Amino acid sequence: MSTRNPVRAVVVWCPDWPIVAARASGLLPHDSPVALIARGEVVACSAEARDDGVRRGLRLREAQARCPELETQAYDPVVDARAFEPIAEVIEERVPGVQVLRPGLATVRARGAARYYRGEDRAASELLGALASTIAGAARIGIADGIFAAEQAAYRTAPHQRTLLVPAGASPQFLAPLPIEALDEPKLVPLLKRLGAGTLGDFAALNETDVRARFGEDGARAHARAAGRDPRPVTARVLEKDFDRVVEFEPPLDRVDQVAFAFRAAAEEFVAGITAARLVCTAIRVVIDAERGDTSEREWAHPRHFTAAEVLDRVRWQLQGSGGGLSSPISRVRVSPERVDAVSNHEAGLWGHAPDERIHHGLSRIQSMLGHDAVLTAVPGGGRMLAERRVLVPWGDAPPAVARVAAGRPWPGSLPDPPPATVFAELRPVQVLDAVGEAVEVDQRGAVSAPPAWLCSSVPGHRGGDRLAITNWAGPWPLQQRWWDATRARRADRFQLVDARGEAWLVLLEGGRWWVEAHYD
Amino acid sequence: MPTLATASPTPLREELQARIRSMQATRLDERALPTLPALQQLLPGGLRQGYAYSVTGSTTLALALLAAPSAQGAWCGVLGMPDFGPEAATRLGIDLERLVLVPAPGNQWLTVAAAMTDVLGVVIARAPSRVVPAETSRLGARLRQRGSTLVVLGEWPGADATLTVVGSSWLGLGTGYGYLSTRRLEVEASGRGGMHRPRRARLTFPLEEWSTSALQEANAAETRATETHAVDDRAG
Repeated sequence: MSTRNPVRAVVVWCPDWPIVAARASGLLPHDSPVALIARGEVVACSAEARDDGVRRGLRLREAQARCPELETQAYDPVVDARAFEPIAEVIEERVPGVQVLRPGLATVRARGAARYYRGEDRAASELLGALASTIAGAARIGIADGIFAAEQAAYRTAPHQRTLLVPAGASPQFLAPLPIEALDEPKLVPLLKRLGAGTLGDFAALNETDVRARFGEDGARAHARAAGRDPRPVTARVLEKDFDRVVEFEPPLDRVDQVAFAFRAAAEEFVAGITAARLVCTAIRVVIDAERGDTSEREWAHPRHFTAAEVLDRVRWQLQGSGGGLSSPISRVRVSPERVDAVSNHEAGLWGHAPDERIHHGLSRIQSMLGHDAVLTAVPGGGRMLAERRVLVPWGDAPPAVARVAAGRPWPGSLPDPPPATVFAELRPVQVLDAVGEAVEVDQRGAVSAPPAWLCSSVPGHRGGDRLAITNWAGPWPLQQRWWDATRARRADRFQLVDARGEAWLVLLEGGRWWVEAHYD
Repeated sequence: MPTLATASPTPLREELQARIRSMQATRLDERALPTLPALQQLLPGGLRQGYAYSVTGSTTLALALLAAPSAQGAWCGVLGMPDFGPEAATRLGIDLERLVLVPAPGNQWLTVAAAMTDVLGVVIARAPSRVVPAETSRLGARLRQRGSTLVVLGEWPGADATLTVVGSSWLGLGTGYGYLSTRRLEVEASGRGGMHRPRRARLTFPLEEWSTSALQEANAAETRATETHAVDDRAG
């Protein structure tokens, strides 16, 4: 909608916000040159460091050479965002409808504020006055038509003149002499400079249709910004509702059932709050803090969505999972939604939905006897080893997406049908001997040293165990995979054997030792 | 009846009771779950609800009992089998979405078995190492009350019917070549509910490869084989 007039915007800019935020959270000292580093380059630096010639984008070593007493810290965008949250709230108190463009840069619509405070300059001084007592005390304000022009106006303020007001309709003239780098388009700007457009005005003078034809949609948007026709509206942020439920236990509780009982009301509130927002929760995160400072944190997924009783079950299972009993009394339990979905996607059918409640109830009862991981459902997985093709998911959990993707792949070199009914979860050691009792080997070329004749259930070096004559066999079928991954690499030879009783086995020769992988029983 | 009076009473009573038990049905309205066509010979009338079956010698055979009920929407369970291969179950037609596994019940085998049969239609279980007869009969009573079926792999004292593999052979594997393709099982079934006379049948896995004509042919061959066996038995 480039034809629409740009909205009159107030932009609040806090210079060097990453540094301000890092200093406020105690990561960096307040009165010495400091810089934040990401991937070996300076992301932000303080005014003291800038005086010594440190700039954004400088290599760390170069920055340290220019300013030897520079203190550095890894850049953490989360710190920025977290520190800016109270600032956005202060702005919101004075003028509603804040849009946070990035941490350190926020915008509000000018119209309502100007009318309420009787003038844009008064609104600006009101905002600056409100911010003076916060860590964003050095904030600057730009007011112009369109967010881009207001942002540029804010950047062009000075410490003694902290507000720059571009009159209505004067934005194109204000932007025209600014350098083309103001666009902040790393791909477009060098090209425009080579084409001879050194200022925004030069770029804005180009025909809009030509720009769109040559530079595409991104170029057309940049062109609109340069011409003072920034189409972006100010979109006020919508605060996400906080569904988290925290229960603190004072004194800390040391029994699982006590904790579960104390959390019951909170679990019901948690689910009721989510339902009231017309959402359902399909995954939750449970954080349990113990008195001695250790924390247990786990995500629980649900194939459908959580009810209060199920939330409580997950809390209980997580408490039981930490070694049967608790290592120290529990001081705090927090449940937060990890994934939510619209309730309309989870309407129950007219005849209810599978699995029916009776089955779910019965199986949950077994889970409460044996533990969450004791009742499982199987989903097909992918892989060449049979144990990899069996993915077991605890009852009540959603199957992992990785397994579904792997199951859809072709896996050349996997076994031909029919699949065996008994797949040993762990390979079992055996001996495969030839007619004279020597262990059968496979050489580098894949040739068998002698036909296998005996299958012994004992391990090498021990006598005894069952000894079965092999009547039929086939192999070796080489299995080589994932040589690039030392922990999952596999170099083995597979054999199928039929013993004298007519039972069939799948055995594996790996590293000179024989293992049974499966039994076709 | 002088013979009755002279014979030692205890074994005779036991024998008579065994005969009565084998002939009478445990419930008036016995309902049955469907079975695969290939298993009709062994289990005429299908898989009875409330019965405990004992299957010895083949996991695949036990899974085959589950196939038809699962395909028709019954929930199934697998108890005490940590090495269960779900792929084999899928190939037989068992729906994994309605299959519940409890691999390690620990020392609560009986409690878990009872809880599973409460809610699931058919449950396969590996028999625990130690079985107390009183507990098995209690489980049997619960099965009949709930109308679910228990298939026990291995010996089971309270079994209503027993399926035993008496012969097994594989086709497709030579000496150094080929791969396992077809399995032939010879199974003997005995028990009550129209099964007091032992039946023999020859099954071929995978089952779905068999068209009806092939089935009939196999049945004819099977009858001949059974007759020969019968002759052999008498001769032996």
